[in-house]
Amino acid sequence: MAAIVELQGIAATFPGADKPVFSDIDLTIERGEFVIVVGASGAGKSTLLRVMAGLLAPSAGAITHRIETRPDRREISMVFQEARLMPWRKVADNVALGLEGLTVSGTERDQRIADALKLVGLADYGDRWAHELSGGQRQRVGIARGLAVDPDLLLMDEPFGALDAITRQSLQDELLRIWKETGKSILFVTHDIDEAVYLGDRVLLLGGAPARVVRTYNVDAARPRSREGEEVGRVGAQVKADLSTLFDEGGGI
Amino acid sequence: MSRRTLLGAGGLFAFLAIWELVARSGFIEATLLPAPSRLPATLVSEVSLGFWHQMVLASLNHYLIGLVSGSLLGVLAGAAVALFPNLDAVQSWLARMLRPIPPLAWIPFAIIWFGISETAAAFIIGIGVFWINYFTAYTAVRAVDPDLVELAASFGHRSLGARLRKVILPAAAPGILSGMRAGLGQGWMTVVAAELFGITGIGQRMNEAAGLLATEVVIVYMLTIALLYGVSDMLFVKAQNRVLRWQR
Repeated sequence: MAAIVELQGIAATFPGADKPVFSDIDLTIERGEFVIVVGASGAGKSTLLRVMAGLLAPSAGAITHRIETRPDRREISMVFQEARLMPWRKVADNVALGLEGLTVSGTERDQRIADALKLVGLADYGDRWAHELSGGQRQRVGIARGLAVDPDLLLMDEPFGALDAITRQSLQDELLRIWKETGKSILFVTHDIDEAVYLGDRVLLLGGAPARVVRTYNVDAARPRSREGEEVGRVGAQVKADLSTLFDEGGGI
Repeated sequence: MSRRTLLGAGGLFAFLAIWELVARSGFIEATLLPAPSRLPATLVSEVSLGFWHQMVLASLNHYLIGLVSGSLLGVLAGAAVALFPNLDAVQSWLARMLRPIPPLAWIPFAIIWFGISETAAAFIIGIGVFWINYFTAYTAVRAVDPDLVELAASFGHRSLGARLRKVILPAAAPGILSGMRAGLGQGWMTVVAAELFGITGIGQRMNEAAGLLATEVVIVYMLTIALLYGVSDMLFVKAQNRVLRWQR
């Protein structure tokens, strides 16, 4: 496997704050890898994604992209917690948002929108308004928008956190299918440990103040996985135990 | 016809009927309250004398110049102030000071600066329209969801121009358009007053007629303004609904 993004000693500080949210984060993401970040609120999970997306400059450290840049794609794209669809755009035009800055012909643009919508199971929804969709469908559009720019790394910020349990499970399985079909790397933030160990190859636990990577877990269960599988359950229990230890220590959680 | 339309027409008819009855009862002098049945003949005479369309066109001219320039400058200034915190700070006391001045209080300056001219009338109309648009555009731009701005930035739309095109203008459009619509009404309210000091238009004709106690002429022009406002508002709402067809 080849590394696509490397983080070395990354720290982030909010404007006006004197202490960083997190510091000394080292992280290498391999091509095709599914990496999860967990940790309680305030540990800077979302902030880490924003730094990687280039929305926030790190206060220390270096990010190295080992991805070939091309004018017709973005190396990294992001899926947000609430789908963040633009209500004044139809579904297809929402998916087009990322393509608008790229060098892509009209035909290819339409093709990529259609492909992305098909991939998330919304092939016939391009002409709908965002408000005509359910919460799960909106988030599928958010994923299609992220995929349409053909990124190597998809950053996902608690994308299923606002959905009901059944929709969440079905979207988790959809995401695994999409991940397998496209071979994208995914960096996925969640506070749901069961979701983390069901989806991820690797789970990072953030904790402390400022937060650091407290521990990394490898989930070696074969895919397709069972939510009740032995390895999935074992790692899940371990993460939960470590989280509650962190909580007892008052480590910034 | 829907029940609502019928009731609306009924209300209007009842109003005219009561007005007619009161006017014919003889309790009130005809000059003080002309009967509505006299109005069609008055309108015909105003039209055949050539006054009506001359006055309407002149007023429309002042109105449109004032409305378009007031709306445009108001939206631009309000949006700019909302986008740049330093400009916002500069305007905070200035706007508080200038805004409460009624457009009509500017009449002396309008005459000194522009003379008794069409520009003077357009200027007075424009001032009222400007402030309405200034504050609604300011509020609308400030209220744009920062999450959507961040979303656009994450997909590479980071320059001011890109932010404006992709997020801020479409997101603020409902607010900006409702401000423009309010300005549309405000403009008609100022038209008459802006013409009172001798600039050709509906206001001037009304003033003349009032001086001669030709109150039925005054009423014909009052209704003309109501009609013009109704038509312009209806056209605007049509356009507005087109632009905002994405709204539920």
